[in-house]
Amino acid sequence: MNMIFAQEEVSKFICRKLYRFFVYHNIDEATEKNIIEPLAKTFRKNNYEIKPVLKELLSSRHFFDTANYGCIIKSPIDFCVGLCREYNIQFPNNDDYVNQYAFWLNIQQTAAQMQQNLGDPPNVAGWQAYYQVPQFDKIWINSDTLPKRNQFTDRMINNGFGRQGNKKIVIDPIAFAQQFSNPSNPDMLINESIELLYMTGLPDKEKQYLKEGILLSGLQGMMSDHYWTDAWNKLKDKPDDVSNKKDVANKLKKLYQYLMNLPQYQLS
Amino acid sequence: MKRKDFIKNTMLGVALPTFLNGISLKALAGTPFMHALSGYMNDDKVLVLVQLAGGNDGINTVIPFDQFSAYTNARTNIALPENKVLRLNGFDQVALHPSLTELQKLFNDGRLGIVQAVSYPKPNFSHFRATDIWMTGSDSDKVMNTGWAGRFLNEVYPQFPNNYPNAVMPDPLAIQVGSVVSSTFQGPAFSMGLAISNPNNFYNLIEGKVNVNSNSRWGEQLDYIEEMSLKTDQYADVIKKAALKITKQSDKYPAPGKNPLADQLKIVARLIAGGLKTKIYMVNTGSFDTHSKQTDDADKTIGTHANLLKRVSEAIGVFMDDLNYFQAGDRVMGMTFSEFGRRIKSNASGGTDHGAAAPLFYFGNKVKAGVIGANPIIPINATVNDNVPMQNDFRSVYASILQNWFSLQPSDVQNILQKDFAMLPIV
Repeated sequence: MNMIFAQEEVSKFICRKLYRFFVYHNIDEATEKNIIEPLAKTFRKNNYEIKPVLKELLSSRHFFDTANYGCIIKSPIDFCVGLCREYNIQFPNNDDYVNQYAFWLNIQQTAAQMQQNLGDPPNVAGWQAYYQVPQFDKIWINSDTLPKRNQFTDRMINNGFGRQGNKKIVIDPIAFAQQFSNPSNPDMLINESIELLYMTGLPDKEKQYLKEGILLSGLQGMMSDHYWTDAWNKLKDKPDDVSNKKDVANKLKKLYQYLMNLPQYQLS
Repeated sequence: MKRKDFIKNTMLGVALPTFLNGISLKALAGTPFMHALSGYMNDDKVLVLVQLAGGNDGINTVIPFDQFSAYTNARTNIALPENKVLRLNGFDQVALHPSLTELQKLFNDGRLGIVQAVSYPKPNFSHFRATDIWMTGSDSDKVMNTGWAGRFLNEVYPQFPNNYPNAVMPDPLAIQVGSVVSSTFQGPAFSMGLAISNPNNFYNLIEGKVNVNSNSRWGEQLDYIEEMSLKTDQYADVIKKAALKITKQSDKYPAPGKNPLADQLKIVARLIAGGLKTKIYMVNTGSFDTHSKQTDDADKTIGTHANLLKRVSEAIGVFMDDLNYFQAGDRVMGMTFSEFGRRIKSNASGGTDHGAAAPLFYFGNKVKAGVIGANPIIPINATVNDNVPMQNDFRSVYASILQNWFSLQPSDVQNILQKDFAMLPIV
């Protein structure tokens, strides 16, 4: 053991693993020199304690550099559990453990179909996405798993998972939109939604398509924004107006379904 | 239980017996019964829906020429001059907006018709609700979850998207260019349409170009996912193949970006000519919500509304021209629609406010050209509340297309539109 730990490469090897897990898979010369080597030094200095290394990495300017946002493809668990957290999906309480476990199982099985079955990695090395050169996290995305990811988000925004007795887990798009600073303003609603759901932005032109194509039913021009504002405000003033509520909910469903189908939603 | 209800309910995850009239639905899937309607689809007819979002001002589009003084009186600040409107051969009582030169040519050529005063009982004046009514085909006081074209496609191609694409239908059932898929194409459980979200994406697809998202780390990941999503899109390949069969299109198309509607129809023409079996295309153009300053102050024939109509006319004109060059004009029929018309009387801001019925255009080599219905009556002293009353239900237009263009049986048409609507002699 002492002979192994006498090699500097050991500390670098482990720091590269940490870097790939938390930042980005490709370690070029500059990263090796400016990030990995200093981290490895900290690691050795602290007698191979992980905590000081992580603290240094996760509080570094490099870690918070916007160029390093959204550089990791979500693992299936990140993707499925992340969706439930982002949308604050309400699972049954502990006293209703039968349904609670059933819905947890739905999510766990969905992730398993996307090739990450919790507690059952493919072999002792773990899931390939965490170590396999040169693909790394790209391994999660293939012609089988990408459509499954889209089907899962489509399902969660539309019908969700159901159980007997009208119990279900499903995204409530109105409640989700409600949390933003001014959901009646279509630009602010789209901007803040994107900020919450994506690590990267979206080109302005795409945002314009979303606003006109979805929230404004095809209406164009600056003068049209108030039609969304009116519909949202009406929902607040007259929550019993069924056709308006349905209209607002449908528009929001389409908006979030679309946002989750874009590749940006795969990044973490 | 109706099959539609069955599918809808099962999608909600409600446990229901999997029997339809006592026979397992799965077993039925392979029998002639379920595919009976596909027989209608062996023809190669195509429908193109052109949405004019915002509520087009029908009265300044199709002018009631026989009531010109009442018209001028009702619209003192925006009325078109009598000597500038475009006349139609054999129909002296109506005239077109001066911008609609290409539509005038098509009309005089017998390839375009007008349905007057299209609406529905108890018209709704909200953009969103009225658009929803046109797309679903519902009554004004009912809310429907499916689109009229979605129900049609679901009748003909049951159980989509399971087992699609297949040999009978290798291509998308419906394609929307220019936005996300319209609710017009919403089927009982799935959307029957595919969206090409904007022309750039289309040209990237056929040129095999992935959006290069800069040299950033996240951009590199994004490019990979985009590339993979093109590969997994089961229709990306057929669209690309169809498009690549066409190497040259009409040189009359305006430069890209000049006329967004023409850009969209150019793609539609290319896909039709390239041999896609897709039955319905939808394109759209907006900004028809002309509450103020819809004309130039001095010259009423130019300005906002004139520019909007010019786009429509130019786009449809070059589209038909292009299709005929590819000898595809005989199998394509198109129609325009807008969620409502506008008031008879113009407002003080030089615009028009949300109204009721309005004319729509239908076009194609094989349509029965003409004017269906009469001009709306323009009161001598029109007031702000005067609306154009309905003469033709919009679902009569849908019904006529389904029955006489797509050759559906009257009973199937009734089933899709959920009522019996009068046929119009448009095709």
